[in-house]
Amino acid sequence: MAFFLQQLINGVTLGSIYGLIAIGYTMVYGIIGMINFAHGEVYMIGAFVAVIVFTVLASVGGMGVVGGLLLVLIAAMAITAAYGWSIERVAYRPLRRSFRLAPLISAIGMSILLQNYVQLSQGARIKPLQPIIEGGMILMDRGGFAVRLSYIQIFIFLLTLALMAAFALIIAKTPLGRAQRACEQDRTMAALLGVDVDRTISLTFVVGAMLAAVAGVMVTLYYGVIDFFIGFLAGLKAFTAAVLGGIGSLPGAVLGGLLIGLIETFWSAYFSVEYKDVAAFAILVIVLVFLPTGLLGRPEVEKV
Amino acid sequence: MAEPALLTVERLAMRFGGIVAIDDLSFVAANRQITAIIGPNGAGKTTVFNCLTGFYKPPIGRMTLWREGQPLYLERLDGFRIARAGVARTFQNIRLFPRMTALENLIVAQHNRLMRASGYTLGALLGLVPYAAAESGAIDRARGWLRRVGLEAEADQFAGNLPYGAQRRLEIARAMCTEPALLCLDEPAAGLNPRESAELNRLLTAIRDEFGIGILLIEHDMSVVMGISDHIVVLEYGRKIADGPPAAVRSDPRVIKAYLGEEDAA
Repeated sequence: MAFFLQQLINGVTLGSIYGLIAIGYTMVYGIIGMINFAHGEVYMIGAFVAVIVFTVLASVGGMGVVGGLLLVLIAAMAITAAYGWSIERVAYRPLRRSFRLAPLISAIGMSILLQNYVQLSQGARIKPLQPIIEGGMILMDRGGFAVRLSYIQIFIFLLTLALMAAFALIIAKTPLGRAQRACEQDRTMAALLGVDVDRTISLTFVVGAMLAAVAGVMVTLYYGVIDFFIGFLAGLKAFTAAVLGGIGSLPGAVLGGLLIGLIETFWSAYFSVEYKDVAAFAILVIVLVFLPTGLLGRPEVEKV
Repeated sequence: MAEPALLTVERLAMRFGGIVAIDDLSFVAANRQITAIIGPNGAGKTTVFNCLTGFYKPPIGRMTLWREGQPLYLERLDGFRIARAGVARTFQNIRLFPRMTALENLIVAQHNRLMRASGYTLGALLGLVPYAAAESGAIDRARGWLRRVGLEAEADQFAGNLPYGAQRRLEIARAMCTEPALLCLDEPAAGLNPRESAELNRLLTAIRDEFGIGILLIEHDMSVVMGISDHIVVLEYGRKIADGPPAAVRSDPRVIKAYLGEEDAA
């Protein structure tokens, strides 16, 4: 029981991070119907910005943990927002009216480019970071196994929850959110109502990138090591999460993220760590066989 | 014409491959008037709308929207800027946002005003601008229009789930929520029963009289066209064959020929 509880805590933490990244995939898919394969790289860049800013702050000193964290989050979000905007502008917008596969290939190219660019500029070795948020609490101690809930896990969970709430509010209640939903349903019609569709798409990339940046910061804090390649697998997992939940559906992305996080953690705990990725992807295959649109997805209706 | 010109179309032409959809079309639509564009199927009526709203970029011709004496050349503007310039449109096959509620459909139509009022969303999120007033103003306006088209009770239903006639009215209400100077309606009476069609006539004349805007109307239902139009433009094979008040157009031999065929066939 204690062991199970511990895995649940770990799984939810990991799942929160996947969920945040998955929102970026599902949003972009919703609005322009393409998979932004460079999204994992945006998350990786967010993590690098975190390490750089933390290192600079540590050498300058003079800032508390809270102030430092806030600064790191803002810096990571601002810089990845610029990346998200530029990626769309450079790699996708020129291909908007092209055949369906073109932006997909361009996305994969962008992903490889960003990976190599970070590898060249930051080096291929892993980047360690001193723990920033230490300590935790013991929830339960039974038979020599202590269930630990660390402060960093609480931080990750609460921040994810807050961001998702804020994000849901943006989508439901703000002009930007309404414009996004309108563009998702009928781009031409949205333009006829005066919605600047190009700008709405750009902002979708920016918002998605900012969420990925937060995920990147959290991973850096949680694991304490990053390298230029973390975006690949995390991106793939988050994409899986988005598909599992039903691509295009925002609650689906969050649910899918949590599920992938839990499956991975429990599989590692009870079976074998080596095959945790296999387990996550196998679940995806099984779900898609029976529910091709994912858990919360809408059946695709061809527009005429 | 007593009213000043709102829209002047001059020498508009549009071809698709070898097919001439519109050929050398000129007409004027005035403020506070309902201008109907009629003609047999394939006469190019919807193509005119598609040019006006930026779907097609016509190679020849000029479409000028006059706002406060200033000309706006529609053929040079992107789709969303045409909407911002004051042209709103409805479609023959209704294009509401099916997975948004009736109310939300009308709020999206006020996007530009809200976007500015909210400091492009960011300002509102950070609490920098007093956005609540603009938002509630938009909701009031939307509810006002829902009441007007008799859909108040359906405000929170998904637009896609509304009955056909209701969707048509909602689409007109949505177009009006953009505060247009020119409202383009593509067969608004299609598929309506006689009672709904009479209601539509009342709604359109009320819009014209109350808001003082110009309405451009494509319609096959002659009871609607003859009942409410102030001015009729008749197209055949992309060419204008008649242009004038309803009474004159009705008795124009060329119009009769286009609609009914040669004299002996009639």
